[in-house]
Amino acid sequence: MKEELFVSGRDIPFIDPYLNIWHWQIPLYLFLGGLAAGIMFFAGLFLIMGKEKEMETTVKWATFLVPVALVLGLFALFLDLKHQLYFWRLYTTVRLESPMSWGAWTLMFITPLSFVWVATYMKEAIPGWHWRFSILEKAEALAIKYRKVMAWLMMMLAIVLGVYTGILLSAFNARPLWNTSILGPLFLVSGLSTGLAAIMWMSKSHYERKVLSKIDIILIGVELFLIVHLFMGFLAATEVQIEAAQLFLGGQFTTTFWVFVVILGLIFPALLEILELVGYKIPIWIPALMILFGGLVFRFVMVEAGQITRFLY
Amino acid sequence: MRYAMAVDTKKCVGCSDCVVACQTENNVPNGYCRDWIVEVVAGSYPNVEIELRSERCNHCDNSPCVRCCPTGASHIVEGGVVLVTHNECIGCGACIQSCPYDARYSHPEGYVDKCTFCHHRLEKGQQPACVEVCPTNCLYFGDLDDPNSDVSKALRNRKWKVLAPEAGTKPQIYFLT
Repeated sequence: MKEELFVSGRDIPFIDPYLNIWHWQIPLYLFLGGLAAGIMFFAGLFLIMGKEKEMETTVKWATFLVPVALVLGLFALFLDLKHQLYFWRLYTTVRLESPMSWGAWTLMFITPLSFVWVATYMKEAIPGWHWRFSILEKAEALAIKYRKVMAWLMMMLAIVLGVYTGILLSAFNARPLWNTSILGPLFLVSGLSTGLAAIMWMSKSHYERKVLSKIDIILIGVELFLIVHLFMGFLAATEVQIEAAQLFLGGQFTTTFWVFVVILGLIFPALLEILELVGYKIPIWIPALMILFGGLVFRFVMVEAGQITRFLY
Repeated sequence: MRYAMAVDTKKCVGCSDCVVACQTENNVPNGYCRDWIVEVVAGSYPNVEIELRSERCNHCDNSPCVRCCPTGASHIVEGGVVLVTHNECIGCGACIQSCPYDARYSHPEGYVDKCTFCHHRLEKGQQPACVEVCPTNCLYFGDLDDPNSDVSKALRNRKWKVLAPEAGTKPQIYFLT
């Protein structure tokens, strides 16, 4: 048998023995970005469909979470930067080849948009609310007039944001676990599902929850399908990708991934939602919390495990 | 012009002179290095083979670090040398993630740092520090477009390989085997 033993004389902080340059900030940001994308997508969708009345939480109240999620996410992203004083360099150039540049610019547009969207519902949320300056009142009237345009913009940007959270990782071919085009759709669907979970948790309308959980069950189905395809793709690919898959098929991430992400984060909440639909009484916070937690763990696992996978020694 | 380096794995003794020369020349902070020695032991006793490699940034033709940089701090200059402009780098780590050779690191001052082929020396017509000091002369550096350069001659006369060609980056550090 031919054994090969590598000894590298390199021992650089955060690079060796295995890459560990991205910590909790990135997966948290990916989670919050996906969550925000999910809420915005459905808010836009149901407004365009003219369901503002029936789907009140989706269109109005849940969107109040979006600016909070985006600002927290951006702050996490900022914390992750090692040369923070130069962060503005992101906005002095557009780099079409760089997913991170795409993401930075998407956030530049979607974050203010989410604030405007929420602002147009302030008067309904807080009775007696009035804007301090008359120019703001005029701006609000204008925004309300163009709400449908905003809804379309929001839906499209939400898809870009949701896909981007996955593409950010899949663009790195040096990390075999991330280097698969399924990651974009997978993160998008997962983000939409966590968004739905948050809306359902907030909603008090039985009708609204029913509509949302039906969509969510389909999304979870798609997500499971994509996860199966992810591993099929890896196992049929090159050695480094087979090794990457092994981390989840007997390796150190097996339990975390299959128990916390797949079973407790997808299958179990989907079953609870189905039970609820056929008439059983299930407190909505249980499946919602499980989906949100599963989504968060999923991103932590993917970022952590991806950095371990590599081409050389 | 296309700068490249060839490393003679049969002549390298793994003394780490190239590592120290680089650290000194480029003021590399303590505990960090821009080039390093890899020792590969293959087979089992008594049929053992050892390969020693002095490794560094591959200054790839298809460099993923330059592609994924959101600010353009990572860029390519004449001769295919990949450089990082310190005051354009935000330290996001994307290029570190994108490098199949893990040749980049986060400098304690925040920006990302790596081998520059001693660009400041090339400008003066000198060789990179690692090449200059190698006691066994196992490093060949030069212009691939010039058939008479050290590196062109070495690659013409010997069998060679590159690391992880399957990563698709078209690396420009060649290992003579």
